[in-house]
Amino acid sequence: MKFSILINEGPYTHEASDTAYQFAKAVLAKGHEIFRIFFYHDGVNNATRLTTPPQDDRNIVKRWSELAQQHNLDLVVCVAAAQRRGIVDEGEMKRNGKDATNIAPGFRISGLGQLIEAGIQSDRLVVFGD
Amino acid sequence: MLHIINKSPYDRPALNSALATADGGSILLIEDAVYAAVKGGAEESKLKAAMGKFKIYALASDLEARGMADRVIDGVTVVDYAGFVDLVADHKTCQSWL
Amino acid sequence: MTTKKFMFVNRKAPYGTIYAWEALEVVLIAAAFEQDVSLAFLDDGVYQLKKGHNTKAIETKAFEKTWGALEDYDITKLYVAKESLDERGLTTDDLAVPVEVLSRAELGKLMEEQDVILSF
Repeated sequence: MKFSILINEGPYTHEASDTAYQFAKAVLAKGHEIFRIFFYHDGVNNATRLTTPPQDDRNIVKRWSELAQQHNLDLVVCVAAAQRRGIVDEGEMKRNGKDATNIAPGFRISGLGQLIEAGIQSDRLVVFGD
Repeated sequence: MLHIINKSPYDRPALNSALATADGGSILLIEDAVYAAVKGGAEESKLKAAMGKFKIYALASDLEARGMADRVIDGVTVVDYAGFVDLVADHKTCQSWL
Repeated sequence: MTTKKFMFVNRKAPYGTIYAWEALEVVLIAAAFEQDVSLAFLDDGVYQLKKGHNTKAIETKAFEKTWGALEDYDITKLYVAKESLDERGLTTDDLAVPVEVLSRAELGKLMEEQDVILSF
C-alpha cells in the first residue's frame, strides 16, 4: 500500500514530527511504500540543517535526513511556508536575494501541488499536527 | 474511518468534537490524547460510553512515556506503531482531529 | 488524472493561528487539480467565515475576500456545523458566503464519503 504523510509542526515543540517519524519507520518495516512526506506550516522547520540539539537527545532533523537516504524517501517542504519561515535552498536563495541556504540533506522545496498529488496517488494520507 | 486524536481531553475539545460528529468507526488516541484512555479520571465514563459506537485504541509508547500504561480503561486496545500502521491500512480513510 | 473526494476540515479560529489561512492556500491548489473538494467548518472553524474581518490594527493580511473567490475555482461545497454556529451565537447571516448548514451527525456521515481528509 502507498502511504503519504503530512507534518504540520516543527521539531521539538510538538510531538508531531516524532510521531510521524516512528509511524514512517513502521510503515516501511511492514513492507509498505511511502510515496511522499510533506512538511507544511511550522513543519518546514524540520528541514533546517542548522539545529544543534543536546547530545543526549534525539536529533530530529538528522533522523529525517538519514531515513530519507536509507529508503530513498521524498521529503518535500512547502515553498510558501518555507519562504515565510526562512527555510532556504540554492534556488530560493537566488530567487529571493538571500545570503545563505540552510536546508538539510534529503529535503527539497516545492509547491503545495505536491501535497495534493500525494493525496491523489497514495492509498492513505496521514496528518500529524497540533 | 479511523479518527486520530492527539490532545488531552482535559486540555482541548478535539476528542469531544470527534465523538459528537463521527459516524462510528475507530478512534486511535496518540500523544497527549492517551490521557483519555486512563482509569479514574473524569473523562473515563465518556470514553466507556463511546465504546458502544467506536472501537477505541491507544498508542503504547505514548502511554508508557507518560507513566500511564498500568491503568488503561478495560476495553481500550493498546497498540504499538505496527498496530497503528495496520489501523490506517484497514480503514478506507483516516482523519486527524487537530 | 484520478478524481478523489478531498475534504478540508477547519476547526480553528482565524488570525490567532495561521492554520485557517494556510489551509485555504491548499484548497486553492486542490481546485487547480480538478479534485472534488468540500470544506467543512466545525467548532471555532466557523469563525473563519464571519463577515467583516478588519485586520488593519493587527497588521495581518485579511483573507475574507478569498471565500468569495472560491466560486471562481468551482469550489462551492462549504458545510458548516449547526451546533458550532449555535454555540457561538452565530447565524448564516453573519457569514461572508453562502454555506450549507448541517448537523454534526450529518457532517459525520459526509466525512465517511471522502477519500482524503486534510486537517491543519
